[in-house]
Amino acid sequence: MKYVEEYRRPEDVRRVAERLASITTRSWKIMEVCGGQTHAIIRFGLDQMLPPSVSLIHGPGCPVCVTPVELVDRAIAIAARPEVIFCSFGDMLRVPGSGRDLMSARAAGADVRVVFSPADAVDIARRNPDREVVFFAVGFETTAPANAAAVELARAAGLTNFSILVSHVLVPPALRAIMSSPDSAVHGFLAAGHVCTVTGYTEYENIAAEYGVPIVVTGFEPLDILQGVYMCVKQLEAGTCNVLNEYARSVKREGNRAAMALVDRVFEVVDRKWRGIGLIPASGLGLRPEYSSFDAQLRFDVGDIHVAESSICISGLVLQGVKRPTECPAFGTECTPEHPLGATMVSSEGACAAYYRYRPRPSNERTL
Amino acid sequence: MSDFTLTCPLPLQRYPDVVMAHGGGGRLMRDLIEGVFVRAFGPGEHSALHDAAELARGIGERLAFTTDAYVVRPLFFPGGSIGELAVNGTVNDLAMAGAEPLWLSAAFVLEEGLPMATLLRVVETMRDAAHATGVRIVTGDTKVVERGRCDGMYITTSGIGRVVYPHRIGPDAVRPGDAVLLSGDLARHGIAVMAAREGFEFSGQIESDCAPLAEPVLRMAEAGVDVRCMRDLTRGGLASALVEIAETARCTIAIDDEAIPVAPNVLSACELMGFDPLHVANEGRFVAFVPEEQADAALAILRQSAVSANAVRIGSVRETGTGEVILRTIGGERPVDTLSGELLPRIC
Repeated sequence: MKYVEEYRRPEDVRRVAERLASITTRSWKIMEVCGGQTHAIIRFGLDQMLPPSVSLIHGPGCPVCVTPVELVDRAIAIAARPEVIFCSFGDMLRVPGSGRDLMSARAAGADVRVVFSPADAVDIARRNPDREVVFFAVGFETTAPANAAAVELARAAGLTNFSILVSHVLVPPALRAIMSSPDSAVHGFLAAGHVCTVTGYTEYENIAAEYGVPIVVTGFEPLDILQGVYMCVKQLEAGTCNVLNEYARSVKREGNRAAMALVDRVFEVVDRKWRGIGLIPASGLGLRPEYSSFDAQLRFDVGDIHVAESSICISGLVLQGVKRPTECPAFGTECTPEHPLGATMVSSEGACAAYYRYRPRPSNERTL
Repeated sequence: MSDFTLTCPLPLQRYPDVVMAHGGGGRLMRDLIEGVFVRAFGPGEHSALHDAAELARGIGERLAFTTDAYVVRPLFFPGGSIGELAVNGTVNDLAMAGAEPLWLSAAFVLEEGLPMATLLRVVETMRDAAHATGVRIVTGDTKVVERGRCDGMYITTSGIGRVVYPHRIGPDAVRPGDAVLLSGDLARHGIAVMAAREGFEFSGQIESDCAPLAEPVLRMAEAGVDVRCMRDLTRGGLASALVEIAETARCTIAIDDEAIPVAPNVLSACELMGFDPLHVANEGRFVAFVPEEQADAALAILRQSAVSANAVRIGSVRETGTGEVILRTIGGERPVDTLSGELLPRIC
């Protein structure tokens, strides 16, 4: 196939690593924003190919990880209602709420179904007119167009039994929050290629200028990531702070205008709480008032849900790049992919899960 | 085995009910087997869990005995059906114990309303699959449950075979320095079934690898290969099979990422859904551990059978180790873990 093997050839990847080493003279910390990149870095051992003075910090770009506990609890409460068919992408099923997860809710009798596209959920609504079909609309800007399209599809079909539980988050406000944080040690960013495929990167140009930080829009294959780091370090060494596009085979500067127009029609920017980080103003998407009849949060009254996050779990600091997963006292002991305390241990794209799965552990004792 | 009490109740605390992941071939499933079934029924004559049990001697032959239940949706998928799975899966479990498969039983749970034509098609595929391996289905049972109580049909088969290897085959026979052979490319079955279930279309139809593995196993026995351990790669994929063997054998297995074959369209489907091909199910692939000096000969023998014509060497057992699987990647080395729970497609 195209676009996988040619970006994984070891000799090509090593060549870029050598070029990177040859231009690096100082110590740099670069944050890869997207969980997909974190996963690839750890899976292929790419961080082991960097010069010792270049380190990668794992950013908050895993939508599963940053979905607030309250919303997971709300999802479980809605899913438990007998009239509801609750549809979700697969990796939300094991995200722990304050008590159980959606998978346990399913085992306890809730009708929870894994779908591959929000359009599938609309289809289920069409075929089950006597049931309420709810789709868990989670994700960054990448999934927002498809979710907006699903709402429009349902409206065009006159479906009154379809709604979405929205937890959309936006990347640029998170980057601003990280750069504004006094703890921040980030010198440069690898921006998420798939998010930028939708949004383009003009907003990133403002961030680069405002904070004097170079940003490279980067893909997800080993060669992409090494090349992205190289382009970022090259700027840092030269003292420039531009937005460069490593992922030009997918990303255009202006993004996908049709998709953005669709998102803009259905959603508006709202304040959003991020799991482990807290409230970030204007950092999410919610349904516009004219689409409020599709808002599951308004449709299903499951009461007020307020929960405290685990006091041991440091996923918030991990998501901000302040701490590494292995610095957590619960890492690999109380907190494992089978028994996650925080969401970064659940999704395969969460930094803790990636470290747990792919990093040598001091002992091989099983944690049952 | 005295530490079994330590392993049991924890997973059940988090999951008071059975969840799908308890059948996913990963760690939760092992927790269930070890914490519930082995605790209740005991570990058997040999302590290491294996695909088939070798029965007590004294009845002339050394016999292998195994059983497996089959549930799959849809019942027919590109490259196979529940009928072929039910025959080949049990045939393969016998083969992995170094046995020539001889007799099978088949028990059917049928859902009220299942078209008789569908049942007939399934039974025909079972007949053909049994014929292809030279195994006979000699006994069976049928139950019908009310509509909605079962997903079309479930099949359970048990199998008896004659052990043909003179020595014991199993994880505890693995030795440092052994070569690890893989009989073909990975992840076809899991992707084919998922594509059929979800209506996905990938470039070039992906067919399940569902196939009987007895032929290459018997050929290696005839040629006198001292096979240490074999394991067919079902749910949980290559990763789960190797981790189980490594943990049981208390050895470190090192494999090469680049040596592991995955068809391009299968790889792209895995990438699309965020699956690691090492974790995806197969139904006609196995790994064999053989002494280093016999590795080339064993590979040549495997390649004589159509089902393992593309066999490759993927790694070896290290001289020292404490029970882990190491994957050599572009950038270095990393441990391979079993699948945790069920395979869940990702968001983006």
